[in-house]
Amino acid sequence: MNERKQPRTDPAWIRGMTQRRMSRRDVLRYAGVGASALGLSSILAACGVEGEQQTTGPTAGGEGSPEWWADMKAAGPGDHINFTNWPAYIDRDFSIEGPGSRPSLFAFIESTGIDVTYRADINANEDFYAAIRPAMEAGQDTGHDIIVITNGQELTEMIQLGYLIELDPELRPNFDANAGPTFRDPAFDPGNVYTMAWQSGMTGIAYNTKYVDEPITTLEGMLNPKYAGHVAMFGNNADAPCLAMIELGIDPETSTPDDWQQAADFLQRFNESGVLRQWTDQAYLTGMENEDLWVSMAWSGDILNDKLYYPEFATFEFTTPEAGGIVWVDNCCIPNNAANPVGAMMLMDWYYQPEYAAMLTEWNAYVSPVPAGGEIVQADAAAAKGANKEVLETIAASPYVFPPPELEAKLHNYRVLEGDEIETWNDLFLPIFLT
Amino acid sequence: MLSSPALLWLLVLFIIPMFAMASLALQEGSAIEGFRMTWRFANFTEAISANGEYLLRSLRNGVIVTLVALLLAYPVAYWIAFYGGRFKSVFLFLLLLPFFISFVIRTVAWSFILSDEGIVFGTLKSIGLLPESVTVLGTTFAVIAGITYNLLPFTILPLYVSLEQIDRGLVEAAQDLYASKVEAFLKVVFPLSLPGVFAALLLTSIPAIGDYVNAAVLGGPGTAMIGNIIQSEFLRARDYPEAAALAFVLMAVMLVAAIAYARLLGTERVTEA
Repeated sequence: MNERKQPRTDPAWIRGMTQRRMSRRDVLRYAGVGASALGLSSILAACGVEGEQQTTGPTAGGEGSPEWWADMKAAGPGDHINFTNWPAYIDRDFSIEGPGSRPSLFAFIESTGIDVTYRADINANEDFYAAIRPAMEAGQDTGHDIIVITNGQELTEMIQLGYLIELDPELRPNFDANAGPTFRDPAFDPGNVYTMAWQSGMTGIAYNTKYVDEPITTLEGMLNPKYAGHVAMFGNNADAPCLAMIELGIDPETSTPDDWQQAADFLQRFNESGVLRQWTDQAYLTGMENEDLWVSMAWSGDILNDKLYYPEFATFEFTTPEAGGIVWVDNCCIPNNAANPVGAMMLMDWYYQPEYAAMLTEWNAYVSPVPAGGEIVQADAAAAKGANKEVLETIAASPYVFPPPELEAKLHNYRVLEGDEIETWNDLFLPIFLT
Repeated sequence: MLSSPALLWLLVLFIIPMFAMASLALQEGSAIEGFRMTWRFANFTEAISANGEYLLRSLRNGVIVTLVALLLAYPVAYWIAFYGGRFKSVFLFLLLLPFFISFVIRTVAWSFILSDEGIVFGTLKSIGLLPESVTVLGTTFAVIAGITYNLLPFTILPLYVSLEQIDRGLVEAAQDLYASKVEAFLKVVFPLSLPGVFAALLLTSIPAIGDYVNAAVLGGPGTAMIGNIIQSEFLRARDYPEAAALAFVLMAVMLVAAIAYARLLGTERVTEA
């Protein structure tokens, strides 16, 4: 308690102030003001925002329950699926116009007769989640039957808040037969209740050897003034913080708020260095392609795909940092109230057939959740001829597509944040990405 | 009774949202557990103390954008109003044509145009007019240029309207009384166009200060504006109370500025245009 000196006051003044004569009209008027003030405050107070925490798991007979799935299956898959994914993620054949330009997807359309609208609309987990959240919150169809979300804060929250449909174990025979061991029962979704992996990949560093004549294998190396104005880092709240911790010798998965502070201080140097051009998202790839960026934090397959399939990008290099990289999993999931959950599961399971998994890998150069697909890629590489042979052999031999044990040992997962940690983390890192 | 549709409009589109936001700005909690009304006025002081830098930067950008836009817009509006002849509406249409494309897409297009090796700077560099090291994207310059471009029609149109209304006879009269062309402009045309200037100032500066698209697309480190912070607080951190408080502060700042400005220069001039 603060002790304050009582001001000396004239008692007459106090009397005058406190014993104000009030007319009846005054009383009524003040009563009116008081009442409306009370009314105002109660209205204000009534505008609370409901929490969204729900008991996870479907209610009996509700969306995602076995009974519900039985009804859905009886009704059959609809004639249309909306599949929303990240860019540069599905095999393309540019010699064909129309839906046939995505051969593996076209095979699904031909085989099932279900039409698929494929959109490469997801550029950042945060932004995409922010865009569909209002619909999920209101219990409406988001307009997407399949969405692809990276393991991380957003996915964890969607699961916690009950925004995703529990998948039907009976509708994924190929997954059961062919999914690799690391893609079954992942820590972020035990039992694959809500998710099936689309692809997995690594966060590391990319550089263009046209401008950079040394290998860049550390974040510290990205801070080189030689590249001022041509360096980008990911501004999502997982990649840069975790890579910074790895470089500082901290395992992100077991890190503490003190470790986060160290990582934040490290990242803050990028803001102060004058070297950084932008905290970015998927747009880094366009930046690399039009040579605005010479060095950037990057996702493995994007760079490998560009390097292999486009001669103008042959000078791109990708590497995981010396201290270690991040491995993540992009997961297919079905948002609540999706129009075609049965069709969505059929399509998700379609890609667990080794031949189609291989088609994806041969194009996007990411890590496939289907090991048997990898064997097909190796066989195709051996059998291929001409220019295509070189491409396929590079993919078949790439440690970033088929990680050897010594690389795997250096790969870390994202930090899983719980409860109050989320706010602490966001308060530390988000201001760095927005200066 | 005639005014009731207007009142309803005001209630639904203004008063209720304002109330909801005022209420949100005083709550505490998290997006997952929900927010409770606790009358936490500290949200406001915290929002201001944490983001003063961005508020000032936004105001500064707003002022620069408004001045540059006025300097660019006045000659254009003047020329169309006085020399456009029977093609006036064609010129105005041409002016508005690019704005039939979405705001965001136009801004993204600029990020290609301003790219280091893009059509402008790539060409200038290859013919040696600019050193290789010049970078425009990701700088404050790019952000201010982007906002100015995007808001230019809002500056030109009110100027055009007020210039167009000026009686040409007055200019002739001034010249008959031995005023030079410059004097006639300074003493007759410009003062008569002031209502348009004031309207243009308001219409440009308010959206310029609150803009966030240009900083997000064309900016880099050190260019974030208050709109970006509000967006990030709402959508990424999902700290709704702080975001709402910040939005209120921004609105209050702009309101105070607008009122001070109207006081200084007279409201009739603002409402005339």
